[in-house]
Amino acid sequence: MVDIPEHLLQRSAEARAKALGISVEQAMAEMKGQSDPTIISKEPEVKVIDETPAPAAETPAPAAETPAPAAETPAPAAETVTPVKEEHAAETTEKVAAVKIEEKAPVAKTPPPAKADAPDEVDFAPDVKVTQRLLTVVKAKPIQKPAKEPIDKVNTWPHLMLPEFVALMAMTAFLIFLSAILQAPLLEEANPNVTPNPAKAPWYFLGLQEMLSYWDPQIAGVMIPTVVGLILWMAFPYIDRNPETHPSKRKFAIMFYTFFLAGAGTLTIIGVLFRGPGWNWVYPWIDGIWFDDLLDWIHFE
Amino acid sequence: MSLRDRLKETRAKASDGFRGGKLMSSIFRPGSPFRKGYVDSPRNRSYVVMNNVLYHLHPVKVKRHGVRLSYTLCLGGLSFFLFIVLTITGIWLMFYFRPTELAYVDIQNLQTTIAFGSLVRNMHRWGAHLMVLVVFLHMSRVFYHGAYKAPREFNWVIGVILLLLTLLLSFTGYLLPWDQLAIWAVTVGGNMAGYVPVVGAQVKFGLFAGLEATTATLLRFYVLHVLFFPFIIVIFMAVHFWRVRKDGGISGPL
Repeated sequence: MVDIPEHLLQRSAEARAKALGISVEQAMAEMKGQSDPTIISKEPEVKVIDETPAPAAETPAPAAETPAPAAETPAPAAETVTPVKEEHAAETTEKVAAVKIEEKAPVAKTPPPAKADAPDEVDFAPDVKVTQRLLTVVKAKPIQKPAKEPIDKVNTWPHLMLPEFVALMAMTAFLIFLSAILQAPLLEEANPNVTPNPAKAPWYFLGLQEMLSYWDPQIAGVMIPTVVGLILWMAFPYIDRNPETHPSKRKFAIMFYTFFLAGAGTLTIIGVLFRGPGWNWVYPWIDGIWFDDLLDWIHFE
Repeated sequence: MSLRDRLKETRAKASDGFRGGKLMSSIFRPGSPFRKGYVDSPRNRSYVVMNNVLYHLHPVKVKRHGVRLSYTLCLGGLSFFLFIVLTITGIWLMFYFRPTELAYVDIQNLQTTIAFGSLVRNMHRWGAHLMVLVVFLHMSRVFYHGAYKAPREFNWVIGVILLLLTLLLSFTGYLLPWDQLAIWAVTVGGNMAGYVPVVGAQVKFGLFAGLEATTATLLRFYVLHVLFFPFIIVIFMAVHFWRVRKDGGISGPL
């Protein structure tokens, strides 16, 4: 049998303790088989609601095996007898360990009939105390051995969607704030006859433009972006065959990427801030900003 | 019973009547928090995700470590969100923009005479820069987590294509204001394409719709920017998101 993670055990022990009104330690001990299970002394109240029978396909033919209608109503007598829904009875009594007593059968199994006055609202979680009772214990004998440990998961709603929503709101607020205080640049109208000096590409290409000033354009402008920037980059998962994901076990890959980041960042920053007329080296705090996108951003005086 | 309680009761009744009514029940599928009788139960938590066309991009459950903000920093989601913001502001801007000799005048009018014109243009421009940055950071996050490893190799490839498309979208949009900044940035970029071996001249000619950046280039970049690249990127995004699910959701834990 697969070991159940401790926190899951803890959680179900808490639920059991709450349902039975015992302490968590007691429930835990019971679940581990270290003490006798608590017996519920009071029969849970089962509300009988008039429920139209399931469609014909699901109900067994009345002639064949269906017990008398009386079997459907819960037996009021002994504590040990658990009322079992009629449709489930045949297939469950032998195998099932615990049967949930609920106000209604699960929605999926008995869809509401297509009656005009039928309630179109399905109450998914009735306000009735849901209790589990032990019928019999069947040794788990899986046909297949489970391949892996159960993964610890949480519900997307609300645990993922709420933080996501907050992130979206924060981003929206940040963008509106940025747009309110910083004006996007708009220079004079485009004029092919007047070349600004220097003419700079958008910031994300300025690393490339900086490299163009070192090497032949065939290399810096074409070979590096296509071969390194695209082909090598796309092929990276196929080159790096190390299956480890922990940083301590893939030091070379981490180093490689960090060097790339540092190099690209340095080139871009040089291109943006430290290049002036004639692509000559300038200091932004002395010679000013030679990048029009940043006109409204930084003022060195 | 005090007036306050009575008001409270009336309001609750009205709310229940509305949320339980035919209209709301027809709009929102079972399990929606907007319907009457929503309670926080495991089943309803699943329904919230499953029964909504927007939310069902997500699985019903995610790995516990994946919802820690420090694991993803929401970078992938924010990239997608910025794309949506850019689409909305971009469509708005299209109402006031003609990709002709009038482009520059249109931008001036947008900034000076149209309500919120300046703000929306700023949002579109800074949002675009931000998207390039966020997509790049997302890629870095994925790299540092080794999240491109099997079985996610191909999704990394798609991700690199998405980064490239983001850059192309941003670059084609850069020309549209038709000012000195735009035309010369694009000239520098386009000239780089001219260095491609063998077919460099042809590529450059195709990009500029001529030998240099003119209003023909403007029209070309406009169509690429508002129609062609968004169309392509949406297809790749769909594959990207789908593969995230098929490859087993979020990677890790480390």
